Formats: sequence, structure tokens, C-alpha cells
Amino acid sequence: MSLISRGFRGRRADGDPARVPPGQYLTPDFPVLSAGPTPHTPLERWDFSIVGEIDEPRRWTWEEFQALPSEEVTVDIHCVTKWSKLDTVWRGVSVDTLLNEVETSAEYVVEFADGGYTTNLPLEDVTGGKACVAFEYDGGPLEPEHGGPARMLVPHLYFWKSAKWVRGLRLLATDEPGFWEVNGYHNYGDPWREQRYWGD
Amino acid sequence: MAGTAVLGRLKWEVADVVEIVPETPRVKRIVFEVPGWAGHRAGQHVDIRLTAEDGYRAERSYSIASAPDGTRIEIAVERLDDGEVSPYLTDELRPGDQIELRGPVGGYFVWEPTEGGPLLLVAGGSGIAPLMAMIRLRAAARSDVETRLLCSSRSWAEIVYRRELDQLSGDGLTVAHTLTRTQPRGWTGYTRRVDREMLAEVAQAPDESPLVYVCGPTPFVEAVATALVDLGHEARLIKTERFGATGA
Repeated sequence: MSLISRGFRGRRADGDPARVPPGQYLTPDFPVLSAGPTPHTPLERWDFSIVGEIDEPRRWTWEEFQALPSEEVTVDIHCVTKWSKLDTVWRGVSVDTLLNEVETSAEYVVEFADGGYTTNLPLEDVTGGKACVAFEYDGGPLEPEHGGPARMLVPHLYFWKSAKWVRGLRLLATDEPGFWEVNGYHNYGDPWREQRYWGD
Repeated sequence: MAGTAVLGRLKWEVADVVEIVPETPRVKRIVFEVPGWAGHRAGQHVDIRLTAEDGYRAERSYSIASAPDGTRIEIAVERLDDGEVSPYLTDELRPGDQIELRGPVGGYFVWEPTEGGPLLLVAGGSGIAPLMAMIRLRAAARSDVETRLLCSSRSWAEIVYRRELDQLSGDGLTVAHTLTRTQPRGWTGYTRRVDREMLAEVAQAPDESPLVYVCGPTPFVEAVATALVDLGHEARLIKTERFGATGA
């Protein structure tokens, strides 16, 4: 039984409540959250790599990456700071495409990014069509403050699991908590189970 | 120890509203008594939850503005006209009311006196809140860490915590203000948005490696953090906290 806030009515979601996880509110904007300055890596120095528990690390330059088959996805995103945004449109390369040529026994993955950010997930949460490396948002290039030139997109988890400025995936046999995961935030981060913080 | 408070499950707790004080025309300070509060670190935040009679709930995060002080915590709430939670907190809430909150949350945008300095704090509007916790902690701990605060406000009347900052200035704390919209007669301080030149004048030199904390609206934080990197400050020493202008 929770406390009733005398006189509080609330604004209510103006979208489908079934699409808004507990404790979230809808915003038409695209707020920005990050722990430090926005990195600006020139495209000629950008690459994406897959390292760790694989025989041969893989690496793509920006040009090579752009030549991979990409897909457009429309997804709802949920930030742990309480905002959710419905029907966001992205273009990116599916992680399935990137892992297609990779043999691995890994069960976990760490996304690593410019600026030193990391975030960890079970490998099965980025495969099977669940995640991509996005480089377009809403029909245009992804802006630096939103993670451009490319960011991870793992929309079924809180958005800190979608690393901005992502530069690669490290495949791991054992779980390795990332940046926010060692700073008080939940190790898995399912918005529908409101897994915001340690112990949730 | 405050740092371990976050290790267990963060349970929703019922807090008593002790005091609500207008700080500026748009910002109120709200003090809560939280029985069983295990302490916090300067820079952390709390989640606040409101529940309507039919069970509808809204949650928002607010930075804690007070230094660790027993079971009392203070937040600074800016009233956003199109907001859902902030108008309730600033207009409806009364001392003696109860509210649900949980925390403290966040282990990155924090400062302890043992980390030393020098410190460079840059605040946009009510973004002063978590930096105020650091300034108050520094004073309470009698830390002599050289600290510079640059505050950007729209006007003199809208400087959040102005009187207390005046009182705490000195003893190694320097406070600079810029007033971006209107200035009182005879104002000799800055009158523009924070930019690279202003930061070069106010901040420590990059080779002094100040620990930098920037908090404010997103465009403010983007501009300040980028300018600091351009000036030669190491990105890894710059910690940022941002809030969107909507919905809070």
C-alpha cells in the first residue's frame, strides 16, 4: 500500500499506457544523458571491432561498416532517468550481421565506447534481432550528443545499455559489470521490471 | 558509511516534509526528514514518487543539495510550467505532508573531501543543487581544497543559493556569476552565456588538473564541457550531470 499524494492527479501518459513501463513518462523530446564531455572522433579514425573470446578479432573501418547490410527499425526507448520515447526510427547494422562470421563460446558481452564508457549484457540480449549498431536517427546522421557517429541500440533494456559513441564489442565468458553497473545501477536493466538500481 | 548505502535494495521510504522555502521566484528548497536515511555522498540524487488516488504514479529524480547531515536531506525544485511533478512539489506540497522517496542513487558524479582538488564547479540555473552539496560538505569538513564555482543565472533574483554562497565564499572558495538576461544596475560581472573565454578566466589552468563537475540543462553542459576540453582540460576529469527542460 503506497502513500497517496494529497491533491496529486498527474498528467497521465498521452500515449498507449501499455507501452510505458512503470515509473516512466513520455516525452516528445530527445533528452541527452552522459557522464562526461561528448567525444568527437573523425570518421577516418573510427572503426568498430569485435574482440575477446573469438579466434580472430574483427574490425571494420567506417567505409567498410557503411557497406554492410543495414536495416531501419522503429522502437520505443526507455531511459533510467524516467523518460520514454515512442516510435523512434533508426538505421543500423544488426549485431547478428556483425557476429555472423564470428565463432564464440562467450556468454556475455561488454560494449566499449569512445570516452571510456562500457556497459555489459548477456550475449543473448544483443543477438536474435534484439540489437544493432545505429548510425542514423530519424532519417539523418546520428548527432554527436546522441552518440554519433554510431551508437548501440538495445531498446528492450534501459537506454544506458545502448552505449553512445560505441567502438566495439568485447565477448566474454564471464560477466563484467560496466560503467554505471559498478556505480549503483542494475546489472541487467529491464524497464518492464523497473530494474533501475542495485537490488531492484 | 554513505557509500555502502546503495549496496542493498533501495526501498521506497516515507519522508516527512519539514520545510519549504522559496529560494528564487521559480525555485523552492524542500527539506525532508527521512527516518532511517543511511547517509549520502555529495552529488548523489533521490527518486521521488507521487501517487494519485487511483494509483497512478509519477517518479522523478532530484539531486540532493545538502551535505550529509543525519536523516535530513534537501532538494531544490525548479517549477517547470509544463511539468507533471515539479508544480506539485512547489505549489501543492506543505510542511507536515509525507512523500515517498528512495536513494541515494549514483556513484559517479560525486565528490569526497578525501579526493582533494582543486575543484572547478560550473552550474547552470538550478543545476547548482548537487554542486551545493559539495560546497556545503567542503565547508562542513573544513576542507581547504581550492574551489572555484561559476554560476550562470538569468538574473540576480534567480541565482539559486545566492545568500549562502556569499556567506561561504572565502577560505579558498571563489564564486563567479554570469547573469545572462538581466543585470542589476551597476553590475560589473559577466553578462553572457558561459563560453571558452569566460572559463579560461575563471577556471584553474589545465595543468593544475582540477576535478570538474558541470551540472545544468543539456545545451549548457554540452557547451561548457566542450569548451573545457578545447582549453586543454582532460576529458576524464570532467564529470557532467544534465537535465532535460521538459517533463521534470
